[in-house]
Amino acid sequence: MALDFAKGITEFRWHGRGGQGVVTSNQMLGKAALAEGRYIQAFPEFGPERTGAPVRAFLRISKDPIQIYAQVYHPDIVVCIDPTLLDVVNPTEGLKEDGVLVLNTTMSPQEVRDKFDFRTGKVVTVDASKIAMDILGRPFYNMPTMAAAVKATGIVKLETVIQTVLDRYPGKIGELNKAAMERASEEAQVG
Amino acid sequence: MTTVERIPAEKMKIEGLTGDAAIAHALKQADVDVLAAYPITPQTIIVEDFEKFYANGEVKTKVIPVESEHSAMSACVGASATGARVATATASAGLALMWEILYCAASMRMPIVLTVANRALSAPINIHNDWSDSYGARDSGFIQLYCQNSQEAYDTTLMAFKLAEDHRVLLPVMVCIDGFILSHNVERVEMLPDDAVKKFLGVREPVQPLDPKNPITMGPLALTDYYFEFKEQQDRAIHAAPEVFKEVEEAFKKMTGRSYGMVEDYKTEDAEIIILTHSTPAGTAKVVADTLREQGEKVGVLRLKMFRPFPVKEVVEKVKHAKAVIVFEKCLSFGATCNPLALELRAALYNLDERPMVTDFVIGLGGRDVPPTTIVEGYNKTKEYLAKGEAPLYETLGVRK
Repeated sequence: MALDFAKGITEFRWHGRGGQGVVTSNQMLGKAALAEGRYIQAFPEFGPERTGAPVRAFLRISKDPIQIYAQVYHPDIVVCIDPTLLDVVNPTEGLKEDGVLVLNTTMSPQEVRDKFDFRTGKVVTVDASKIAMDILGRPFYNMPTMAAAVKATGIVKLETVIQTVLDRYPGKIGELNKAAMERASEEAQVG
Repeated sequence: MTTVERIPAEKMKIEGLTGDAAIAHALKQADVDVLAAYPITPQTIIVEDFEKFYANGEVKTKVIPVESEHSAMSACVGASATGARVATATASAGLALMWEILYCAASMRMPIVLTVANRALSAPINIHNDWSDSYGARDSGFIQLYCQNSQEAYDTTLMAFKLAEDHRVLLPVMVCIDGFILSHNVERVEMLPDDAVKKFLGVREPVQPLDPKNPITMGPLALTDYYFEFKEQQDRAIHAAPEVFKEVEEAFKKMTGRSYGMVEDYKTEDAEIIILTHSTPAGTAKVVADTLREQGEKVGVLRLKMFRPFPVKEVVEKVKHAKAVIVFEKCLSFGATCNPLALELRAALYNLDERPMVTDFVIGLGGRDVPPTTIVEGYNKTKEYLAKGEAPLYETLGVRK
């Protein structure tokens, strides 16, 4: 039996491309958990910034201080914010059997299960690209994808993470992201 | 020592900060007079954030954007000589370029705080973490303190000024965090109110400042006549650091409830095998120790915080009863008997009649991830060596061979 080095810790892995805001949304979710009184670690897969290249980010959330310092190898939740990555990386790699897979995609949860042969856990899909284009007019789909992850996992309250985003982006950008997140939370399909 | 009082929880500010940002906040609250720095990854956020504080009028610091790290440390020495509170930040090649002036800062007894986001040295170019940069500077005369998490980075940066500026010490201090692994990792940090920091640190009281009205010469020339005496005094000064460090931590603990010690003892009391390491791998090692203890293994961790001066007595006291001590370190000392941390430990243990076995594993060079399984591998190897009764002087782990 494999040893469990992450007892009591919820671990996320994010996939995106450099410049899409995967590091920022990872931090926003972390800071929301912090605002709700938990301990966090939010860190990118370290490397020089390369716009467009696949990047990963990691998040740990726990009610106790977190001591482990290593990448996340067996996440509880995987979030992929870029639909074009789904043919490049396998987002289910290392994902726990009862884990949650959250994708920005036009596919249905069933289509996702078939594509990745992922038969357990939970699959959440949302067309965050469309939501971002409709509301923000630009492909900022990190925050709406995060909203779907929040809905699926209940890891923090949606209001908390929206407030974190508003604090980070006061004014119009924050308000538009709020609208996008609320719509994504409504439209996300769980299956 | 300043009298301080416990700061109530509601006066503390909690924020999610990277290790770098935590240090920047500490530098801000320390009311640094002069900060001279040159940007280098992964330290960059420290100076960027500090420049933001400056641009927003939150600090009155004279920020000097110099043209190289050699100039950065030179400017720091000059500023410190006038009696100012001075800080800078660097990493890797930047620290290497400071080299010449590191020795000047220490031997001229300038209480500069140098924050380092530990990063590998070229070639090949690598921006990621290991300890080759600051380990290389271990003989420069700087006090070296290593931090595990962002909270500790904040706390240690504040304490570093009080330690450095104490007249019994008067030496520069390096505050080191693991590049990227901590420097770019957002964690929960509890920050003191400004006035509490102000009260804790006070204003630096220079012993003999540069002053145009009362000119003196500092650090010019000493040959066969007096050079050796300077070094004798410098040696005495660094050995005064532990005593002062204890007092500083005691005062800090009164304020915050937090202290770290020169070494942090984690479940070593009944341990047959003790892991000795520092910075972020020490955190992972503690998790591994917990997990292995559930399997019935008697293992503990000794996390080193102070590498210079090396706390010989404290380390020996904690590990002398163990069957083996496993060193994990992120540095190769090419051609040496073993690597810097294990060298210190083996030398410290030499005078004991019965010594624990020491194994030395070099891990994580150039930012190679150190998952718990790497620590377990070193543990299992050490158990095999114990059974055999002999171990190699050192080996590398987690590398293609």
